Amino acid sequence: MKKTKIFITALVCLFVIAGGILLAADHIDAPAVTSKPTDITDVYVFRGQNPDNMVFVANTQGLLSPGATADAKFDEGTMIEFNIDNNGDNVEDLVIQCIAKNGKMKVYGPAAPRVTGTISYLNINKLSVQTDITPYGQPPIIGEEDGIKAFAGPRDDPFFFDLVRFRQVIVGTASSFNNPGNDTFAGTNVLSVVVEVPKSLLGSNTTINVWAESKSATGSTSVN
Amino acid sequence: MKKIFQYVFVASVVVFAACQKNLDRNSADASKAGGVPPQNEVYVQGDQMARPAINTVFVGSARKNEFNTTTPSAMNGAFYNDFVNKLTAFGYTTNILGLDKPTFASVLVTDVLNASMTQPTSFYNGTQVLTGRALADDVIDVELTLIFGGATGASNPGLTSDHVNGNDKPFLASFPYMANPH
Repeated sequence: MKKTKIFITALVCLFVIAGGILLAADHIDAPAVTSKPTDITDVYVFRGQNPDNMVFVANTQGLLSPGATADAKFDEGTMIEFNIDNNGDNVEDLVIQCIAKNGKMKVYGPAAPRVTGTISYLNINKLSVQTDITPYGQPPIIGEEDGIKAFAGPRDDPFFFDLVRFRQVIVGTASSFNNPGNDTFAGTNVLSVVVEVPKSLLGSNTTINVWAESKSATGSTSVN
Repeated sequence: MKKIFQYVFVASVVVFAACQKNLDRNSADASKAGGVPPQNEVYVQGDQMARPAINTVFVGSARKNEFNTTTPSAMNGAFYNDFVNKLTAFGYTTNILGLDKPTFASVLVTDVLNASMTQPTSFYNGTQVLTGRALADDVIDVELTLIFGGATGASNPGLTSDHVNGNDKPFLASFPYMANPH
């Protein structure tokens, strides 16, 4: 009887830990839960093909199978917001806000946010560029306006990691990674937003700090 | 056998519930507005991310949602101890950047992605350090090496690389840079 109790306790702990990792990983919802439009899987910031530009990437809705990708959509109540600190205090000085509307991704900014922190208002007068959201299976549709480029749609997930083995190491059922490893994300897709902007629009500091947020429309103009 | 499933089900419900984000919203106004989102509408934070795997590795399940809704300038104050404790649990002393535990915890806890406006982009390539995150950067190996690799990067060889070194599809040289979907 005691052995069963210990076994059950261990199993619960294992599941909670593994479940915690699964749910909390930026990439992964619990396997039984459909990817939510607010889940950000990855953020990239890099110098563009034109080295005078910076590229901002936010990927969402990870682990989409090809079949699921056709049905995946951006949610019109979700703002994907790149926060840019350009004076080193980790408070955003500029935001690039992306919102889907009637089949288009609208990109606002880079512009100063009305307020900083976890609440946002859309910089509605700062629309920079909009682009048709690329349907699954079609070549990328690119919007460009005043040197700012935008793309929104399904992409191959660029992330690569043996997450399965990592989980085994964390819970102690494996003591090391395999060589070679197995890419848990091979063959899967994400819904991506990509914005490329001239560096001149980002301030004069030699470094920036960036983080991405997904924010949900509340349907209200008041914070409470 | 049935009891095990009951326990697992309860545990999974607890874990799922803990990670449900508050997504209550009324988007009726958004759709009524035609092609333009409504004015002065408040957007509240759901998810947040900067560097890969930080929340996953360093924040316990009970506080992951809190981390996702903490503004970066407040992360140090709220989570510094969590990061120190996790580094301690990993047996951390130093790494190839020569950071002691308090310093490394400070670097990690404010979860923002640093990017250079002047240098080429690399998460880490020996020359560039945290000048951004390029699509091809093996950020996992970098983070594992910084956590487990010790002063030379050669410690704990079974833990400093997952031996998955690249994406399954080649990237594009030009915008939008990521490959077509599967």
